[in-house]
Amino acid sequence: MDFDLLIGIFPQVLLDGLTLGFMYALIALGYTMVYGVLEFINFAHSEIFIIGAFVGVEILLSFKSAGWLDVLPWVLVLFLVLVAGMAVSGAVAVVIERTAYRPLRSAPRLIPLISAIGVSFFLQDAIRLFESLWRNSFNLVYPTMDVLNHRFELTETIDVSVKSLVVIVAALIMLWSLHTLVNRTKVGKAIRAVAEDQAAASLMGINVNRIISLTFLIGGAMGGGAGVLFGVQYSLINPYTGFIPGLKAFTAAVLGGIGNIPGAMLGGLVLGLLEAFAASYLSLLTGGAFGAEYKDIFAFSILILILIFRPKGLLGEVVRERA
Amino acid sequence: MRLARLRLVITAIAALALVLPVASITDAQSKGTIKIASQSPLSGGQAVLGEGIKLGAQLAIEKQKGNLEKMGYKVDFVPFDDQAKPDVGVANAKNIIADKDIMVVIGHLNSGVAIPSSEVYKEVTLAMISPANTNPVVTDRNYVNVNRVCGRDDVQGVVGSEFAHGTLKVKSAYIVHDKTQYGQSIAEFFKADAEKKGVKVVGFEGTEEKSNFDPLLTPIKAKNPDIIYFGGIYDQGAPFFKQAREKGIKSKFMGPDGMDSSDLTKIAGKAVVGMNYTSAAGPASALPKAKAFVDDFKKKFSKNPEPYAAEAYDATVIAIKAIEEVAKTGKMSREAVSTAVRKVKLSGITGEIAFDGKGDRLKAQYFVLTVASDNPEKWGDNKIVKQLTIAPPAVKK
Repeated sequence: MDFDLLIGIFPQVLLDGLTLGFMYALIALGYTMVYGVLEFINFAHSEIFIIGAFVGVEILLSFKSAGWLDVLPWVLVLFLVLVAGMAVSGAVAVVIERTAYRPLRSAPRLIPLISAIGVSFFLQDAIRLFESLWRNSFNLVYPTMDVLNHRFELTETIDVSVKSLVVIVAALIMLWSLHTLVNRTKVGKAIRAVAEDQAAASLMGINVNRIISLTFLIGGAMGGGAGVLFGVQYSLINPYTGFIPGLKAFTAAVLGGIGNIPGAMLGGLVLGLLEAFAASYLSLLTGGAFGAEYKDIFAFSILILILIFRPKGLLGEVVRERA
Repeated sequence: MRLARLRLVITAIAALALVLPVASITDAQSKGTIKIASQSPLSGGQAVLGEGIKLGAQLAIEKQKGNLEKMGYKVDFVPFDDQAKPDVGVANAKNIIADKDIMVVIGHLNSGVAIPSSEVYKEVTLAMISPANTNPVVTDRNYVNVNRVCGRDDVQGVVGSEFAHGTLKVKSAYIVHDKTQYGQSIAEFFKADAEKKGVKVVGFEGTEEKSNFDPLLTPIKAKNPDIIYFGGIYDQGAPFFKQAREKGIKSKFMGPDGMDSSDLTKIAGKAVVGMNYTSAAGPASALPKAKAFVDDFKKKFSKNPEPYAAEAYDATVIAIKAIEEVAKTGKMSREAVSTAVRKVKLSGITGEIAFDGKGDRLKAQYFVLTVASDNPEKWGDNKIVKQLTIAPPAVKK
């Protein structure tokens, strides 16, 4: 076996894994925050994520046809696109909560879950309908921005593209702001209170419905931001692209301990790294017997192992006391 | 309440039963309706090619149905959307065989969909003429009802590796495929022949990934092969090649006829300019009698015909000719149409077409092309660098 090769690509794989992991972490937050306050899985979150990507591509394409893409500084363009993606996704998440989940809040747990799956299908085909009418196309491609494709060569085989750096930096800023919001502000305290005990929180004068809406807004915005970053990084999106990353991010949330915000971040990073290492190394280490196609099997086997020994996930669920 | 609803249903069924015979009586005044179905992906990532197949068939029916109408038949076209998914294709196939008026199916785009679906057609010996399915298994099962007007992957893969070895002079190759029946098998044919010629295959990977190819590309970059071959369809190949170039991989790119769509350049842009792909369907501009077809197509649908639209047109003309033959005998049946299809000899827009005993085209054409421009509108300008006419390999027992 070529030992130099294995060592040589290590930093590159680490970097790819981190990029992917931060993306999963951002999406996973949406699942985990909603679970924290409502104890149900918002399966429509993968579509909220991809809506962010579609908002991003629409804005970039219209910038491109207006000729602004070459004139405006790229940091500003990216910032605008990111904010727009977050705003739209967050708003969609709030509307979904208001229309599809709130009327079912007192129903058994399974009912909103089914409603969520329905919303997910609805959104997929709504996006498809919109894009077929608007652009008459199924696959949409992010316009190339040359700055983003610039690469810093570290060694012969290892380099960092501006894109990956943008993804990592943007994700870090978003995660840090969320962390501050939840742990250092009054609103964050209210979210934590609602997660712990809704009835008690409302007795303390917290407007529970507003806090739940806010949770959806924040979770949706994180997902939308991740969508834009996903599009910038991998460039090709279609209405069904959100499903698999959504599923993986949900897994990441469970891996970290669902309902636990730092857990979702950690779970996302772990899953991203596992996947990248499995895809790059499996066939090299096994001499081609197990190819990159086994990456998900490998990653999910590890997940099962972790959950067998730590059923509450890596960091465990936030302690809650219910009567 | 329930009883009332049940009664309503029964009444409705009774009413239908009354109406149905009436409908067939009115039909009997003419000789009846003949339907030709098409099955191809009309939605989803491969819809560009699937739509081309549908429109090619539709155009052929409109142009050629005159004779059958004179004989007193009404000719209808029924397009189905198989979504490039085997399960959907089979479900459609069951609907198709249930409609007794459907005499021929034109389709599919994907071999992985065509193979299970044709098992359904076989139950009633419904003729299938494929414009695009290149996997050897499609005809190697020796079904009397299955035919194709395109070439075969065991030839196409070899045409590709010959070009890579002989013309491009590559010494090493990295092969990636999409794990479908089509993509994996053509990748294996390419690999086997390349190895025989002394090209070192430094990697062989399957992937179902559609967006993030980073972890797959890192080892490829480290191994730095002369050529990367992607056995699959453009909706996966395009982002793969695009990300490969963005990652700084300088290898040559190559692929099979699954890359043959203007969407390849729409998605991958500059990354694929200069890449070679093999095809079992030449660009319409290179076909001897296709000019009128291209003009008609553009006039009717106001877009360029995608690859396989011309093949679908020819396949449909064969279907109509076969149905005419059967109509002359007066005994219309699916078995008779299947037998007649195999006997048709057509000088079509893609060249001379006749089928051998198992439904392969006797002289199929293979092309090697180079992507000329990153403008999807100019896909038709792709340069033919090699053109071959090869008979299908002898039947292996």
